[in-house]
Amino acid sequence: MTTRIDRRMAKLKAEGRPALVTYFMGGDPDYDTSLSIMKALPKAGSDIIELGMPFSDPMADGPAIQAAGLRALKGGQTLKKTLAIAAEFRKGDDETPIVLMGYYNPIYVYGVDNFLAEAKASGIDGLIIVDLPPEMDAELCIPALKAGINFIRLATPTTDDKRLPKVLENTSGFVYYVSMTGITGSALADTTKVATAVQRIKEHTDLPVCVGFGVKTAEQARIIGASADGVVIGTAIVNAIANVLGPKGEKTADPAEAVATLVSGLAQGVRSARLAAAE
Amino acid sequence: MNKPALPNSFRTGPDEQGMFGIFGGRFVAETLMPLILDLEREWNKAKDDPEFKAELSALSTFYAGRPSKLYFAEGLTRHLGGAKIYLKREDLNHTGSHKINNCLGQILLAKRMGKKRIIAETGAGQHGVASATVAARFGYPCVVYMGATDVARQSPNVFRMKLLGAEVRPVTAGHGTLKDAMNEALRDWVTNVEDTYYLIGTAAGPHPYPELVRDFQSVIGTEARQQMLEQEGRLPDTIIAAVGGGSNAIGLFHPFLDDKDVEIIGIEAGGRGLDGVEHCASMNAGRPGVLHGNRTYLLQDDDGQILEGHSISAGLDYPGVGPEHSWLRDSGRVDYQPILDDEALEAFQLCTRTEGIIPALESAHAIAHAVKIAPNMAKDKIIIVNLSGRGDKDVHTVAKMMGMEI
Repeated sequence: MTTRIDRRMAKLKAEGRPALVTYFMGGDPDYDTSLSIMKALPKAGSDIIELGMPFSDPMADGPAIQAAGLRALKGGQTLKKTLAIAAEFRKGDDETPIVLMGYYNPIYVYGVDNFLAEAKASGIDGLIIVDLPPEMDAELCIPALKAGINFIRLATPTTDDKRLPKVLENTSGFVYYVSMTGITGSALADTTKVATAVQRIKEHTDLPVCVGFGVKTAEQARIIGASADGVVIGTAIVNAIANVLGPKGEKTADPAEAVATLVSGLAQGVRSARLAAAE
Repeated sequence: MNKPALPNSFRTGPDEQGMFGIFGGRFVAETLMPLILDLEREWNKAKDDPEFKAELSALSTFYAGRPSKLYFAEGLTRHLGGAKIYLKREDLNHTGSHKINNCLGQILLAKRMGKKRIIAETGAGQHGVASATVAARFGYPCVVYMGATDVARQSPNVFRMKLLGAEVRPVTAGHGTLKDAMNEALRDWVTNVEDTYYLIGTAAGPHPYPELVRDFQSVIGTEARQQMLEQEGRLPDTIIAAVGGGSNAIGLFHPFLDDKDVEIIGIEAGGRGLDGVEHCASMNAGRPGVLHGNRTYLLQDDDGQILEGHSISAGLDYPGVGPEHSWLRDSGRVDYQPILDDEALEAFQLCTRTEGIIPALESAHAIAHAVKIAPNMAKDKIIIVNLSGRGDKDVHTVAKMMGMEI
């Protein structure tokens, strides 16, 4: 099977540049605004969209993404509405891959079969579920693969060479390398170490390797993009949204515009990655 | 719920994947996966290692004061006029609750694994105090995550932890209770993977925690069973324990699970009643879901968002429960009943006045159920209630509920 992710990655490889993968929280701060943010992303230079599914207890996330999830839940966001955002986006864009990212419980409660059928119908291409390691593959990973949806696994600095094959076994689409041990939005790890780690993973798989956790600036994106197949930006985008919200959640500027400005800059960083590396 | 087929023994779980039926498992981020696999390996070696067992046994005896007494509560029994009530006196342990049993076991594991730093979460502060205690005894720095609400309502325990040299980090996320403290402890662990041992206080979390916490706490039931045989020449008719995460309960229950004639009752926090959302009765009013590394009964909404529970008792104020309890519920072996805040408060005062024992509010929930059922039982029937901790820490909360200032 080839998915939108496979096709997009192949295209970027042909172009000789890494992917800019952008994360935002579905429903933050409300349904309509986050739909407008999503629509703005590809135009600003995002190659792959990670659509966050809010969860009340995001154990792997730092304060910024925790707050975004709470804003979304307060605004009435549900898993059903997050799927609706994707379906609505798909009406105007059939190319940009959408990866749902979040935690397992809302999916489990929704019903795995139901969820996969509706996700597929909504144009979802992949899933990143933080609290489903390979040991729990029977829960969602295997059913997702059968439904034609990529299951993108996180590899981390604690995933050693012995464990990597297990982590990669049912992974498809791309591998998401978590640049450090820690929560989202922490300080970026030593970029040399990240490059070495990406190389290590590539020795075990032909899948593209994208790097996330801690990448915030165009310069960091450029450096990481020199060795990785993609760079994931999350907290910086979520912060750009939070920055245009007042104390009561009122918008002081257009969040979609704020995100577009940030992402355009990041896209330039990513696009210059290989040029710089080649120099 | 579908009833799973009844097993020959209720004491064989979990399986190799850490499952009790559909409950339990290892629902954690990849970063933590190698750590819990390491812990499982070390635990499997340690539990059969005579040296480990001897060291734990010596600490239990000379440091914690085990065995704890099985005490015939004559005053309470006379007052209720029915079944004989025995109290398993975990309140007499060093640090004042059953929590020390688990902490001694896990600190020895941490030492075997060469860890350099201890983190823990706490609700009522009993586990935080026990963690800070063993960290002091073994010379480890210790960080305890505690919900900001709990920091306020359990201030004596906060001070005890600080005296013991632990750093107490208040957690303001959510309602600032045990659930939020556990999230924050997991965030610390995922950040400090190299040197940190996460000392989970209850029989929940990813495998192997539910199993190893249960095994460290099973000393309660093993002793109680033996003591009852010695003191009464027979097994009890009913055993009762309060269930928050469920470590004192599984510790009492597990050795009795295959004694078919022993009725086993777990008590959940009914808070202000099960009709609304102000309770923590996940097994009576929740449904299965995935949180904090395991699948278990949870208080949650239709979208799978976890709800904040409520209980007068900080130690029961958790929207989930250990996975083995969920399995015991579905299999029908254990009956889980709710007790309201007011009922617990009444039992708290009754036990204090008739026995001269101030119980922890958690334990008062279990006593309250004995108060309900004992009068309707014949005088030759026997109940064991797990008095999991002492109530000194709760006097401020109780005074406030009674409209007094101290």
